[in-house]
Amino acid sequence: MAKYLLLKHYRGAPAAVNDLPMDQWKPEEITAHVQYMNDFAARLEGTGEFVDSQALAPEGTFVRYDGEGRQPVTDGPFAETKDLIAGWMVIDVDSYERAIELAGELSAAPGAGGEAIHEWLEVRPFLAAPPTIAE
Amino acid sequence: VTAQVDEALLRSLTPSVLAVLVSRGADFAAAEDAVQEALAEAVRVWPADPPRDPKGWLITVAWRRFLDAARADAARRRREGHADEEPAPSPASAVDDTLQLYLLCAHPSLTPSSAVALTLRTVGGLTTRQIAQAYLVPEATMAQRISRAKRTVSGVRFDQPGDVATVLRVLYLVFNEGYSGDVDLAAEAIRLARQLATAVDHPEVAGLLALMLLHHARRYARTAPDGSLVPLAEQDRGRWDTVSIAAGVEILQAALARDRLGEYQAQAAIAALHADAPTAEETDWAQILEWYDELVCLTDSPVVRLNRAVAVGEAVGPRAGLEAIMALDDSLSRHAAVAAYLHERAGDLPTAARLYARAAQRAPNLAERDHLTRQAARLNARRSR
Repeated sequence: MAKYLLLKHYRGAPAAVNDLPMDQWKPEEITAHVQYMNDFAARLEGTGEFVDSQALAPEGTFVRYDGEGRQPVTDGPFAETKDLIAGWMVIDVDSYERAIELAGELSAAPGAGGEAIHEWLEVRPFLAAPPTIAE
Repeated sequence: VTAQVDEALLRSLTPSVLAVLVSRGADFAAAEDAVQEALAEAVRVWPADPPRDPKGWLITVAWRRFLDAARADAARRRREGHADEEPAPSPASAVDDTLQLYLLCAHPSLTPSSAVALTLRTVGGLTTRQIAQAYLVPEATMAQRISRAKRTVSGVRFDQPGDVATVLRVLYLVFNEGYSGDVDLAAEAIRLARQLATAVDHPEVAGLLALMLLHHARRYARTAPDGSLVPLAEQDRGRWDTVSIAAGVEILQAALARDRLGEYQAQAAIAALHADAPTAEETDWAQILEWYDELVCLTDSPVVRLNRAVAVGEAVGPRAGLEAIMALDDSLSRHAAVAAYLHERAGDLPTAARLYARAAQRAPNLAERDHLTRQAARLNARRSR
């Protein structure tokens, strides 16, 4: 088994095919979308492949150390940041192919007009602990 | 058939047993350990040999365990060459021991999250695992949080008078926590508030208990089967729990009759007025507005002023409501959502839709975000039709 992070971006990913802001959808299309996401997670729990998922607020702040005895420097929130993570799902699957398959299904979530969004999701393998038998 | 120990009984006795040990001069952390051992012993022994006086049994066994541990500790300290310091017996406390335990767990030296964890563990008798699950943190993290909290309050003298208000804030936090594991935190907060109400005669304790009962009464109507939020005005009032409402109203009326108003009583009064309306249209907004005015006097909180603006919008009119929020900082959580609602009521749909979308971006949780996005979508769809 290997863990993968499926990353959803507010910004930074290539534009989705069905790319319309959610507040321009019909209310029932939003309901259908939310239902699809819930069902997807429930199904992965059922197959024993779901680990975790989390949505993030759109505004973040950059922070860095500014030396002994000083308050950390903060910057932002940025409206113009190129990359903005919207949320993630962590899955634990048997193969890279399975991770790709599931990300593809997640990207098919319905959007405006009830059509699949075709949004780009980023699939990132976890760096795992070294195996006991290495030779 | 294996006899089972009544777990609810054990949990309800735990705080008073612990409180007795601490009031006899036991250090808090040591007393807690001793009580845990006594509980484990009860689970082993009671099925075959149930005691006639469960509480007395637990106190006897826990106190013995505490003395054993204290003696072993003293012997170890003597071996290590430390002088043996006898703990000074604390004076008999004038206040109920259970109340003292609540006060200790909500001590001002604790951070809110520590006070919440310690209260659920010590007064509530929940396991560390249950608390960890309820707050979605690893069990080891919660165990650390609780043991640090115990160390923090270990030096606090048990007979020092505390402020019930700190306890009420902790219980309010527990009740309001949206997360859920296998423990219903809202129900747990109500249980703890009830227990507190029997230990102390205080109108704000009653006020908080009433507030919780009145909100808990709406729990099944608050979310749709798909998990989406149902706003108060659209809830199926037939699904409100009338028993819980009646209990809340009765407790509130008794508290208000004592004429020592506080913020929880005022909030409960608002909840009671909502509960009293057979339909959303029949809500007595004029009275609700009066209670918000009281609340503003009591708390002077911007959040209360924001909620008051909604009541102004209903009692006087949306324009008046919008005027009321003009004076408030728009970075306030839910400011955009309230403004959106009032603009919609005033008939300005484009502004309302834009504000709902902005409110969705700032929503503090997923359910609210989805709800606000849907509101924006609803107005946008109506305009494009």
